[in-house]
Amino acid sequence: MASFPVLPKLVGERVKRREDPRLIQGLGTYVDDVKVVGMKHLAFKRSDIAHGRVCSVDTNAAEAIDGVEAVFTGAQISEMLDPMPIGTPFPSPDHRAVTPDVVRYVGEPVAVVVACDRYVARDAADAIHVEYEELAAVVDPEEAMKGSPAVIHEGFPNNHAVGPFPSGTGVDAHGNADDTAIDKAFADAEVVVSQRMVNQRLAPTSIEPRGVVAHYEPGKESMTIWSSTQNPHILRTFIAQMTGLGQHQVRAIAPEVGGGFGSKINIYGEEYVAAAVSKRLGIPVKWIEDRSEAFLATIHGRDILAYVDIAAKRDGLVLGLKMNLVADIGAYNMLLTAAIPTLTQAMASATYAFPAIRATLTEVFTNKPPTDAYRGAGRPEAIYFVERAMDILACELKMDPAELRRKNFIQPEQFPFTTQMGSIYDSGDYEKVLDRALEKANWDELKSERDAAKAEGRFVGLGLSMYVEVCGIGPSSSLPTGGWEHSQVTIERDGRISATTGASPHGQGNETTFAQMLADQFGIPMDHITIHHGDTNVVKQGIGTFGSRSQAVGGAALHLAGGKVKSKMAKFAAALMEADEQDLIFENGMIAVKGAPSAGAKPFAEVAAFAYRPTRLPDGVDPGLSEEAFFEPTNNTYPFGCHIAMLEIDRDTGEPILLKLVAVDDAGNLINPLIVEGQIHGGLAQGIGQAMIEEVVYSKADGQPLTASFMDYALPRATDFPRFELDNTVTPTPINPLGAKGVGEAGTIGSTPCIVSAAVDALSGCGVRHIDMMLRPEKLWRIIQGAGG
Amino acid sequence: MSQVSITVNGKVCTENVEPRMLLVHFLREQLNLTGTHVGCDTSQCGACTVLIDGRSAKACTIFSVQADGLDVTTIEGLANEGQLHPMQNGFWEEHGLQCGYCTTGMIMSAVNLLDDNPNPTEQEIREGIEGNFCRCTGYQHIVNAIQHAADKR
Repeated sequence: MASFPVLPKLVGERVKRREDPRLIQGLGTYVDDVKVVGMKHLAFKRSDIAHGRVCSVDTNAAEAIDGVEAVFTGAQISEMLDPMPIGTPFPSPDHRAVTPDVVRYVGEPVAVVVACDRYVARDAADAIHVEYEELAAVVDPEEAMKGSPAVIHEGFPNNHAVGPFPSGTGVDAHGNADDTAIDKAFADAEVVVSQRMVNQRLAPTSIEPRGVVAHYEPGKESMTIWSSTQNPHILRTFIAQMTGLGQHQVRAIAPEVGGGFGSKINIYGEEYVAAAVSKRLGIPVKWIEDRSEAFLATIHGRDILAYVDIAAKRDGLVLGLKMNLVADIGAYNMLLTAAIPTLTQAMASATYAFPAIRATLTEVFTNKPPTDAYRGAGRPEAIYFVERAMDILACELKMDPAELRRKNFIQPEQFPFTTQMGSIYDSGDYEKVLDRALEKANWDELKSERDAAKAEGRFVGLGLSMYVEVCGIGPSSSLPTGGWEHSQVTIERDGRISATTGASPHGQGNETTFAQMLADQFGIPMDHITIHHGDTNVVKQGIGTFGSRSQAVGGAALHLAGGKVKSKMAKFAAALMEADEQDLIFENGMIAVKGAPSAGAKPFAEVAAFAYRPTRLPDGVDPGLSEEAFFEPTNNTYPFGCHIAMLEIDRDTGEPILLKLVAVDDAGNLINPLIVEGQIHGGLAQGIGQAMIEEVVYSKADGQPLTASFMDYALPRATDFPRFELDNTVTPTPINPLGAKGVGEAGTIGSTPCIVSAAVDALSGCGVRHIDMMLRPEKLWRIIQGAGG
Repeated sequence: MSQVSITVNGKVCTENVEPRMLLVHFLREQLNLTGTHVGCDTSQCGACTVLIDGRSAKACTIFSVQADGLDVTTIEGLANEGQLHPMQNGFWEEHGLQCGYCTTGMIMSAVNLLDDNPNPTEQEIREGIEGNFCRCTGYQHIVNAIQHAADKR
């Protein structure tokens, strides 16, 4: 007797997404689609100079415009809002949502307008007249470190935001460094290669810009805030803190979110201003970022340079690595700004058992917008520096880049492996993933193809990179917000399941993957399950979605909550069926006794109904079926992989064409390989974008942004990519019950260095051993010309 | 204020608008057709793509007064009596979207692409959607989605 046909297991299957029907019909609700009766619109007046003292802000003309409700200057906003909180422990200068005195980058808000619609709001912002006393601006971090021509914040001499502080071999918990081991590594070396490298500034660029609707209801003394955010619970915490409300009075909602890539982790000034203005005026207000505004007002990513030295024996055995990092964090600390480059430091060991590493980090203020997490957030930078250095070493030693890496890997039996940087890698098999990639790419054949092309005078090159990264970010000691995730699973009276997750998605497909997991756990159809997310009044607790943690932390919490409610349901079922709860199995919509599937089996829905009207309540059990769980991971997870690129550079124009990109990734167990593939593709596109065409550029003379629209910032298009070739290995993590490691950022990490290495390989006959990103055709053309065409 | 009369998804809509109102804002704000999205302010991203008299166009490059008397199809008008358009189906089947924000404009461009070229090569598809940015998918599954739709036509 089965009320349902046999249900297939869904975990591990390429299940198509449940989110899609609404999105492909234009029926999703993004923040700009939210309308509240009486809602007004905000527009910000932003600084058009990079550094200067605000002398006066004349708002008269703006206030005279029909439809303008109010104008607030930085001084007025500063009476309503304290300096903005950050999430890192480093000393930080005050950062106001709207500056009352000094502007420190082009785009910093100076005043805000409230008006009847977005057109009038923009008119009014444009009508505000600001007088500045202009100050010298500095946009080069190495220049800024000298304290000239500008010191951006009082109390931060030489514009040092953090450090220099050392880490790695011989550094104790207080930051005291004993250099004996690293010095010996370099003394014992037969070969040392050194290279300065730049990991350039990027714009994260979700296609939906940021936006917020804040609605304070004076009668209820409560605030509802919709925001295009990756973490509504963190938003709630900070909005409450900044507006003087309790967290119980704030409801934060992440509606449909049109991409984030790390840029929507941060809680921004515009969100605080919207909340404060709504509370002050007692009306709902909306602010939607323009794209050109986004290039100025949303955090940037990367922007870190490194002096890398690597010491090795002639046979390729690496003895030591030194990395002197200078991070240009822009003008202020945002939520995680100062922490991101520390991840670059922490991952300096990459996939290798280098016996000695010294990574020293200095973070520097400049007159540019702040940096913060952008997809990969510190890990792509680390892997880029190490992998490029390994490639330069391979060239120096005339070794195959794969063989050099093989010689230095951490071995499978060494896991869990504590690195020189103090990270504990959970599990890994680097040689396996390397071999799979070499096989998938036909490495030896590619080498022959390259050699044949070069013999014809073409500039064709190959690049290979290994990576390991940090996912499933936690535990709580590593995050100011806490590093857990939360879930509640409720079996409703009709046997349908409502589940919540604090992992608030913005394209990751959690509504699908989480439902796949519950469907298998309870043996019911996936369409009997709804996953709720993104509303703090529905989802009781949560941290959010970043650091590739949805599955590894959020999925684990869901699994635990599901397990709890299943145990409880088994007690009701056992009472109904007069069976032992240990003997029950949940499958095909039924709860049955193991080994006797038809004897007294009960439909899942009947047991659910009984739990809500338990005429015979089992001993020690309360009515109802709703359980919650927090999952606190004991460590991060460390996925890894190997990417291979083949690239050709046009002799006449210098234009690089990516011919081939092979990515073999190991993210542990996969819940939905289709969604994983999509995540990897997207990451690859961003990693390739960084290597080949993306760069945020500032004028050195005056700090003006030169890439502040899609006219100037090259976002990759469909024609920029070949068809990606993917494969994977599976090395589960022991850190969570799913064995899943996380995959959102992988593509951005492995792809970038292998493409640059391929370009260098293509031009190896031109006497070049490193090329800084991005691979601008002009730059490549000059190298070709310099070598005599 | 100017009066415009625009046929949107088969229905004549007569509204008073500011002459400077963009068509995309007319659709989103006046008609509440919020499936058409805004992703930039320089007509690069294509999130606002609709069909005007059957041809794909970026609704941020045209004032609503310029669309007076024209026939506009938005993403909301693509499905037919609850039946998804083959292009919508292609995107669903092939995981052609993640966050969904560029998707509606991407679908409208792709519809026009197949109208012009029912059997495009992969390269023709990539060139055909060059005017639409996607930051999530790396485009590969979008290409697959359009191929899927081409196969089902």
